Amino acid sequence: MAVIQVKRKALTLAERTYLPQIVGGLMTTLKYFFKPNETLQYPEERPAIPPGYRGVPTLVMDPHGREKCVSCQLCEFVCPPKAIRITPGSVAEGKGIDHVEKAPQAFDIDMLRCIYCGLCEEVCPEEAIFLQKQYSMSGYSRSEMVNHKDRLYELGGTLPDKHFKWDKKKAAEDGSGAHP
Amino acid sequence: MASFFFGLPLMVQGVIKGLAVILFIFPVAAACSMAERKVSAWIQRRPGPNRTIPPMLAGIPGAGILQRLGLFQLAADGGKFFFKEEPLPNHVHKFYFVLAPFIAMIPAFTTVTVVPFGAYLDQAGAVVPIMLANVDIGILAVFAVASLGVYSLILAGWASNSKYPFLGGVRASAQLISYELSMTLSVLPVFLWVNEPGSAGSLSLARVVEFQSHPGFCWGGTWFIFTMPLSAAIFMIALFAETNRQPFDMPESEADLVGGFHTEYGAFKWSLFFVAEYANMIVGSAVFTLLFLGGWNPIPWIPLSVLLGGLHHLTGSVLWLHPLVAGVLSIAIFVGKVFLAIFLFMWVRWTVPRFRYDQVMRIGWKLLLPLSIANLLAYTVGIYFLQG
Repeated sequence: MAVIQVKRKALTLAERTYLPQIVGGLMTTLKYFFKPNETLQYPEERPAIPPGYRGVPTLVMDPHGREKCVSCQLCEFVCPPKAIRITPGSVAEGKGIDHVEKAPQAFDIDMLRCIYCGLCEEVCPEEAIFLQKQYSMSGYSRSEMVNHKDRLYELGGTLPDKHFKWDKKKAAEDGSGAHP
Repeated sequence: MASFFFGLPLMVQGVIKGLAVILFIFPVAAACSMAERKVSAWIQRRPGPNRTIPPMLAGIPGAGILQRLGLFQLAADGGKFFFKEEPLPNHVHKFYFVLAPFIAMIPAFTTVTVVPFGAYLDQAGAVVPIMLANVDIGILAVFAVASLGVYSLILAGWASNSKYPFLGGVRASAQLISYELSMTLSVLPVFLWVNEPGSAGSLSLARVVEFQSHPGFCWGGTWFIFTMPLSAAIFMIALFAETNRQPFDMPESEADLVGGFHTEYGAFKWSLFFVAEYANMIVGSAVFTLLFLGGWNPIPWIPLSVLLGGLHHLTGSVLWLHPLVAGVLSIAIFVGKVFLAIFLFMWVRWTVPRFRYDQVMRIGWKLLLPLSIANLLAYTVGIYFLQG
């Protein structure tokens, strides 16, 4: 490695008196003085959430309003802080999803434990759990900070989904080959 | 009403005038703290305090502007300082601890007496300064009384009986003594110039402004900042140090001394220190304006009397020559300049980082002091040849 000797330039008189430098600095701060604000008036103005944002994890339904989660519990097992607790249950008859074996009886996410890592979303084979745009969680007690199943669906809503995985499965089972 | 006022004994007149000035300075000094917060916010590109508003005023149009300027926040803060508990730590020397904030206030408000803040034209057309006491010692009184302000810091630091306030007090004394020298030396050329040979000698600040409002284009009404830029620069730097403003706020540097001399103070006593600091800033800026920025003269080379005469000719109205109009106009011009100077204080605060303590000492003793002495000598010789 060649050693490069960098010549340190001697300060000019103007630089040593320091005052022109201060004037330059004053000009910089004055420039910022007249620029518009960088901040948001938070509760009234909300920041634009970019796509891919990892907010509060939620459960979503498919476009037909059917529960997607099959309570495979992969998210529960992958969750690093063990924030997810699923109680699997059988599927209720006549809801149009009887080709699935299971649905969650209870699905709790403890938001005091959740670290918003997004592994649950990544691991879910059914694309049923998503970290969406809600970024502000608050409550008055620890129990209030646990999101139960109904709350998770309320937060999640329905996401546009192009796969219609179950219809495909059902059509394959039937041999009809038709699915919307 | 005027005749009633002038019929009062001189003592009562003085007290009324003094109270009027204090009643102006006290709220302005408090408002400066809000201005400080707003200016720092704007420089940092945020809105600053803008949410407080009493619910009953919320509907009134126009109150929103005051809300966004944080004026209600100011009132709320003031109210809070009045009503919150006065903490008095167990380990302090109680008498001196309580005394210190009041001692801080006294010099801050006393110096105003010799500071003129406006002028009007009397019947003969002569300019009469508006001030509490037009005494010949003028600037000497300002320096003498203002330097007493350091005692409050030392007393506060010592009476607090804990290490950080003590360090703050020690720093305050060293710093203020160092910069007082160059400050005094830097204004001497101004008074050398003003007191022409043959005239009665005076150190009055009104005299300095009078000198800067001589009619005439070139030398006459020249503000001293143009003829003595070095003096003005030294005075301004020393003023920053004297008022403990960034980059010289050694006595209370939050980074290394918690809060410096006022670490142990809270509530109303703390706010007294704060108001005293801003009052000192106001008086300091006023003295700078008088000495170097032509006092109440609106624009360089156009003194107040010329402006008023011009307005009188232009509009044909005698109203412009009325003492009241002239007085209010001159006070407005003067206060405007003082506010600009105070804005400079706040502007510099967010531009220049705090000096290290040894740098403060080096600038004071090895830079400003020799420079101000050389400046004084150079101007002494120059003024000798100019006027002699």
